[in-house]
Order: sequence, then structure tokens, then C-alpha cells
Amino acid sequence: MPTQHPSSTEIPTIGLEQIQLLEKLSNACGVSGDEGEVRKIVLEQIQDYVDEITIDAMGNVLAVRKSKAQDSLRVMVAAHMDEIGFMLVKDDGNCQFQFEIVGGIDPRQVVGKTVRVGKEHVPGVIGSRPIHLTDSEERKRAVSISDLRIDLGLKNDKNIERGERAAFATKFFQNRGSLFGKALDDRIGVATLIELFKHAPPNIELLAAFTVQEEVGLRGALIAAYSLKPDMAIALDSTPANDMPAWDGKENTRYNSRLGEGPAIYIADRSTISDPRIIDHFVKSANENHIPYQFRQAGGGSTDAGSIHRQRKGIPSLSVSVPGRYAHTTTMLVRLEDWQNTFRLIYSGLSDISPELFKSPR
Amino acid sequence: MKSLIKKLAETAGPSGREDQIRALIRSEIEPYSQEIQTDSLGNLIARKGEKSKDGVRIMLSAHMDEIGVIATHVDQNGFVRFTGIGMVYPKYCLGARVRFLNGTQGVINSEHTSDAKEQIPLEKMFIDVGVNKAAECPVKPGDMAVFDGPFIDLGHKVIAKSLDNRLGIAILVELIKKIDLTPNEIYFVFTVQEEMRKSGATTAAYAVQPDIGIVVDVTATGDTPDSIRMDVGLGKGPAIKISDQGMISDQRIVKWMKDTAKKSGIPYQLEILEKGSTDAMVIQLSRAGVPSGVVSIPCRYIHSPSEMVNFQDLQQSFELTHALISNPVSLK
Repeated sequence: MPTQHPSSTEIPTIGLEQIQLLEKLSNACGVSGDEGEVRKIVLEQIQDYVDEITIDAMGNVLAVRKSKAQDSLRVMVAAHMDEIGFMLVKDDGNCQFQFEIVGGIDPRQVVGKTVRVGKEHVPGVIGSRPIHLTDSEERKRAVSISDLRIDLGLKNDKNIERGERAAFATKFFQNRGSLFGKALDDRIGVATLIELFKHAPPNIELLAAFTVQEEVGLRGALIAAYSLKPDMAIALDSTPANDMPAWDGKENTRYNSRLGEGPAIYIADRSTISDPRIIDHFVKSANENHIPYQFRQAGGGSTDAGSIHRQRKGIPSLSVSVPGRYAHTTTMLVRLEDWQNTFRLIYSGLSDISPELFKSPR
Repeated sequence: MKSLIKKLAETAGPSGREDQIRALIRSEIEPYSQEIQTDSLGNLIARKGEKSKDGVRIMLSAHMDEIGVIATHVDQNGFVRFTGIGMVYPKYCLGARVRFLNGTQGVINSEHTSDAKEQIPLEKMFIDVGVNKAAECPVKPGDMAVFDGPFIDLGHKVIAKSLDNRLGIAILVELIKKIDLTPNEIYFVFTVQEEMRKSGATTAAYAVQPDIGIVVDVTATGDTPDSIRMDVGLGKGPAIKISDQGMISDQRIVKWMKDTAKKSGIPYQLEILEKGSTDAMVIQLSRAGVPSGVVSIPCRYIHSPSEMVNFQDLQQSFELTHALISNPVSLK
């Protein structure tokens, strides 16, 4: 039985309950193609609120909350459930496995890291040769993935085999206003979408897409957009904040986004040029509600919007991300206030959006 | 057609922000269209002609967008850092003049490098708009600019920015005005974002559901000193595309184009482009597939601030496309 909407003057907030949900999501393992554990948490969270729900051919969760108004926009909001990680490709015996990277990980980030393998989270380590057995020439080069092994210890009594995924072993933690965890890209988007779904603005048809396989080519979102046929779409993700000072004291001109400056609105990335009407609407909403925001620098990177906007006859799209340092490593760092402001921006922007927005051409 | 090209080339339309060029095109063609609309990504789609017994639905397509640059950061001294929109070659940017959509003009230059051989990347360049500090800068991150420079008429040849693909646009605009009798239902599609990921053509083809796709776009030439391997040159007529990096043209369409050119007394060249592609690449793969081909206008210095075309090649490309769409399509 769906709960009552909170009164329309309150904007729901990100607080302790939501942080605990994020912790659960962050600690869950769901490397691209193997999102089941995350999907289970999503389904538990939203099942009391759905009007319609489907799990599609690739494992996307497509959940609808119907509008209470006439003539409402069908708004698809996407957040991806998968994380970057590894796949075991060859059993070398002795509980050591050759592996490949799933999604984009800098190979230099991998050596010596601890991992969890398979559904039972069997612990292991990505082993490198101890320093006293290396020579100085070797130490100048980054170790290549083909020279590394995931080592599970002495006994493979969990019957881990080729094809199993491995995720970083990081456990979520908090330090004052900062949250640290693996896979905050994009569990933070998933947590935000769950919260939005529970408090869906009544003026829109909310089409929530918890997508799969974003990290390996925005794949789940492509078919999700085909099924949902939305009027517009928002991709909720995280984006790198490379905002540390440059080591030589020069001005840092390539920070992508910055911690503490609020949700990062995308103008263009490598795959999508955001619809300016939607950008303007959310900027207006941010200004009216005194919500800080920033523009993510154009250039590389993609979100689910890259697949969504090109589907069928075209879907006007925007991406909004929570900035985070150390993306695609064992631990991302985000500011709680940036997350809170991201949620506030999405919520208020969607609360007064209508088909009027698309009466003028792009 | 020269004055139309001048007007089109001197209007800005970087990928994703095609509204200014679209408005100009719409004002030119609206009186001649039986149906006209702008779709959700900004494509302009106009229809002329009814499908008769021996006619087909043709998607005749030219992209409205041009490459550009987008501001990423304004530094404390007012210099604007940027990245490219579409395939922007760093070598063409050094010293280039640009104009932002809000009218601000500037020049691109770079950080110093002591290595004369170094290819300076876009990250080491900046746009100087002539201010002394960030607070004075009329440009903010996210603002887009295009190359800036006047149209030059050399008589037989013409120089301008964005001949890629204002030339294709000019041909479609002239065609919709001049086409009278045709057995075909023709959708004149002015697409967006070809220079990025061809999202405009992808969604337009899905909506139009054509029987055939014909794209009009520019192609490179191999007739300058020590150039790339390319058998196409200025002054030898329109090029019929055999293949490029993204597609192999439908052989039946290639034959039909050759036959039409011969019958109409129009010279032509055959194009194999080893690097680069067009909207036809995605039209061909739309839904269950669409037989597609391209009429290519030979053009020198593509994606530079000063591209060059032979005017007669342009006129003959127009004549060939006119002959193709005015008659029954024969794909045997």
C-alpha cells in the first residue's frame, strides 16, 4: 500500500536513514552484469511504493509511480546499479586466478588491493611481487594486469570459478561531513533515486530506471529507454572531482567538478549534449530554492543519458551528478552536503516541471 | 547559391546548439514545405511530395551542426580554457579566431613549449578574449564558440568556415524550393549533432522510416601538396560515396547514382574515404535497415577555419541530387 505523500511544502531530506541505506548499497557487490545483490536491496526498498514494476531482459528495474495530475510529463530518472570491478578469467590452481578489469579502472590502482569474490563475498587480495624481490628497472614500470593474480588463500572451498566477479573490499565509513565507500558511483545515484521514488512529486509520471551495465557501455539504459518511452530523462550519477591544488602551485584549470559546490549539472560530455531547456529549468529551480550548484566541465566521460537521448525519436535529457574524489578506485569521497543538495535540486526541479517546457523548440 | 552559402556560413551552429542556423533554414524553406516540424532533439524535418505508385519515401539529409569549442574554465587572468565539440584538430586551432554564441570574439593560442616538434594538445591552449581578469570575462564555462572568419569569393572557388556542412544545407534548401514534379515523398531532414555522435540522424531516421536514405555532405580531397591518399579532387564534379570509415554504401544506390549522372550528363568521381563518416552510417542501421548512399561535395581543409570548395562541383552536386530525387528510384 503506497504511503501518503508528505505535504507538498516539505522537501524530503537526506538524513541518517538514507546514509544507512547508502552504506548497505555501497557494501553490496554488483560488478557490471552481476547486479543481483543491489537489485534485491532496490526491490525491498521500493516495493511498497510502486504502481507498476518490471525487471527487464537485462535485469534493469523499471518502476513507475503514476502522476496525480492531468497532462503530466513522463520523466525517466536513471541511476546505474553496477560498479567497476574485475572478472576472474583463468584458474591458475593454488587458489590464484588471472583476471580482467570490468569497466574503466586505471591498472595502477589495482596492485595490492583487497577484493570480495562472488555472491558469498569470498575475500582475496590482488597480489604483487614483494619489493625485495623486484629490481630497480621493474619498479619504474606500472605492473600490468596480466602479471597480477587474485589470491584467495589456501582453500577454494566455496568453489569459485572462472566468470565470477570480484569487487573492491572497501567498507563504507563516515568522517564528519564526508562519506567514504566503494561504488558510490553510482550507489549514491541509486540511493537518491530510491528516496525520490518514495517521495515522488505528484505532478509527474515518475519512471525510475535502476539500470545495469552502465560501466561497460551504457547498455541497460538503452533498452530501458526503449521500453519506458519517456518525454524526458535525467541521469543521476557521480562525477570526478579532481579539485586538489596542482602540485606546482599553478591554478588548477581541469578539476572537472569540485567538492562542496553542490550538484554538478552537465552541459556536454563525450556522449551527450544536454537539452538547454532542461538545464535552464533546473538552474532556475536552484536559484529560486537557494540550492548551490556547479557546471561540470565539458570533455570526457558519459552517463546513461548517452544511450537514452538517442533512443526512438529522441529524448531530451540532462545528467546531474554528485561530485566525488578518487572515482573508479577503492574508495570515493563525497560530501554529505553535496548529496543533500543534489537530492534537493532534483526534487524541486521535478516538482514544478510540466509539458510547457517543451513547447518551445530546443 | 553563393549568397545563400555566405549567409549560412556566417551563422553559428555548434553541435547541440543549432537553434540559430535552424531558424535561418526554416525561414528559407517554410513557404515551400507541405509539412514542417522541429523534433525533440532539434532536427528540422520538412516534407514535400506525395508517394506515387512508382515512388518511394526518401530521407534526404544534411547536418546543420558544425564543430566548435566549449569553455571549460575562466582562469584568474581572464583566459578561457576550452575543449572541442566534435572532431577539433589542435593544429587548426593555434591562432584561429573564434566567436562565442553570445557574440564575444577571441583568438586561440597556447602555452609555450620548448620542444618545437611537440603537438600541442587542446588542454594547453586557451582563448584570449582581451580581458585582464576573470570578473571582466563575458564568457563562462559551458559557453560555446565556432571558428570566425569572413566568406571569401575567389570566383571559381569559395573559402569559408563550416562549408562542412553548409554546402549540403544549401543544396537541400535550393532543392526544396526548385523541386516541382516528383513521384517520391521526400523528407528534407536537417539534422543535429552529426559532428558528435550522429544522434540527430539516428532519431530522425527512426521517426521518418524512409525507404531510402540519401545524405549530402562534404568529403576530403587528395589534390593538395603531399596529401592523404584520396582520389577525389576539386573541379571533377560530385563524388559518389563507395565507402567510408563507418559504412559501405548500398551498391544498388551507387549504381543508380552513376547511371543518373551519366544520363544527365553530370561528371562524377568515386569516393573511398579512409577516415571519417557521415549521417548515412546511422541511417543505414535504423530499425530493420535502410539502403543508403551519399552525394559528397569535394572540399579542402575540412574542420579548419577556412574550408574551400569549387563552385562548379557544388552546382553539379545540386544537379545530381535534383535528378536523383525527381525521378523514380531504380535499385536493380
